[in-house]
Amino acid sequence: MHELSVVMGIIKIAEDYAIAAGAHSVDEVELDIGTLSGIDMDSMDFAWKQAKKGTMLNDSVKKINSITAKAKCLDCNAEFPIKNYYDACPVCGEHLINIICGKELKVRSLLVS
Amino acid sequence: MCATCGCGSDGKTTYFLVDKDLSHIRDHNHSHPHSHDHPHDQGHTHPQPNEKKIIDVEMDVLYQNNLLAERNRGYFDAKNILALNLVSSPGSGKTSLLEKTLTDLKAELCFAVIEGDQQTNNDADRIFATGTKVTQINTGKGCHLDAHMILHATRGLKPADNSVLFIENVGNLVCPAMFDLGEKERVVIISVTEGDDKPLKYPDMFHSSTLCIINKIDLLPYVPFDIEKVKANAKKVNHKLEIIEVSCTTGEGLPIWYQWLKSKVLQPEPAI
Ligand SMILES: Nc1nc2c(ncn2[C@@H]2O[C@H](COP(=O)(O)OP(=O)(O)O)[C@@H](O)[C@H]2O)c(=O)[nH]1
Ligand SMILES: [Mg+2]
Ligand SMILES: [Zn+2]
Ligand SMILES: [Zn+2]
Ligand SMILES: [Zn+2]
Ligand SMILES: [Zn+2]
Repeated sequence: MHELSVVMGIIKIAEDYAIAAGAHSVDEVELDIGTLSGIDMDSMDFAWKQAKKGTMLNDSVKKINSITAKAKCLDCNAEFPIKNYYDACPVCGEHLINIICGKELKVRSLLVS
Repeated sequence: MCATCGCGSDGKTTYFLVDKDLSHIRDHNHSHPHSHDHPHDQGHTHPQPNEKKIIDVEMDVLYQNNLLAERNRGYFDAKNILALNLVSSPGSGKTSLLEKTLTDLKAELCFAVIEGDQQTNNDADRIFATGTKVTQINTGKGCHLDAHMILHATRGLKPADNSVLFIENVGNLVCPAMFDLGEKERVVIISVTEGDDKPLKYPDMFHSSTLCIINKIDLLPYVPFDIEKVKANAKKVNHKLEIIEVSCTTGEGLPIWYQWLKSKVLQPEPAI
């Protein structure tokens, strides 16, 4: 779905930084992607292959650091990993939880030449 | 440009401010004389050919959109405009809710509307018929509005100070969740003809919204829709979500929505 927009955003950031560093190609893009970032990895792979063609990222590989989402229960303060927003606290069974991490969608670093 | 669904395919987005004469639509298709690029303050060292170099970036992929969204938000704040982003699947009743609201509250509040659709001006025409200022954005293949589009649409529309600006997003419960437009409130609408597991299927949208409107409750006797279950599911995804049940057809529940809306309108601060 929106993964193409996301990939275009990544390419834009990578090219801007690579050009500023005087590089002529981006060899690797390191990304932080949280498991609750809303990114579907298959769509992302597909969009990535299509969109990087003819850009400085043409021969680039992406390295993904997957960040497991965690939440904190507002009732009992337990911290636990979650798969979905609607998961209940494994300690007390409540749904009053706050997401601590897992929504990341970041370009962490680039390898350029 | 568009591989999967065309999100981000730019250059195909068009803007129409619906004019006094309905048959005469003014084209607000902007060329881009300005750029919203951020300045680069990285050092300009030039690596030797074939020299490899690691660059630390640490930048949010949606940085550009988020920056423009904050810019829109600042504009809305400065003019005391209450901006609401309306999201739903196609056909849940976003435009119907707006038609009712604009008609019923026109004596009390000042409104402006931005309509987002892939094609056609039908929704903008429906809004215009209520006597409200409206700009239609056609996204072409794009399946969501983004902050950049709102920036341009707002410039053409020029919503009045202290007004309420409704932004009807493209009918889609997936990608609009990721794109902050600079709105104050995000309102997700579902209708009783949809499944009661919708909040669980589209959790990002329900998690990022502040209000959920359940529409078409006049049809409850005819459909297998468990309203208590959908409310429980929505609350599981987002315990802060407020929920209002309405029917745009019979008007049931609309006063509660109007009350909610008016409670969000801030009185302008007196000039000192
Ligand atoms: N029965 C019933 N139909 C409704 C209600 N609200 C909207 N509709 C119908 O649902 C259809 C889609 O509504 P529309 O406002 O265009 O949905 P949008 O795509 O979300 O903007 C139209 O045929 C409306 O007449 C309602 O409360 N009850
Ligand atoms: Mg509509
Ligand atoms: Zn999409
Ligand atoms: Zn707990
Ligand atoms: Zn622009
Ligand atoms: Zn989209």
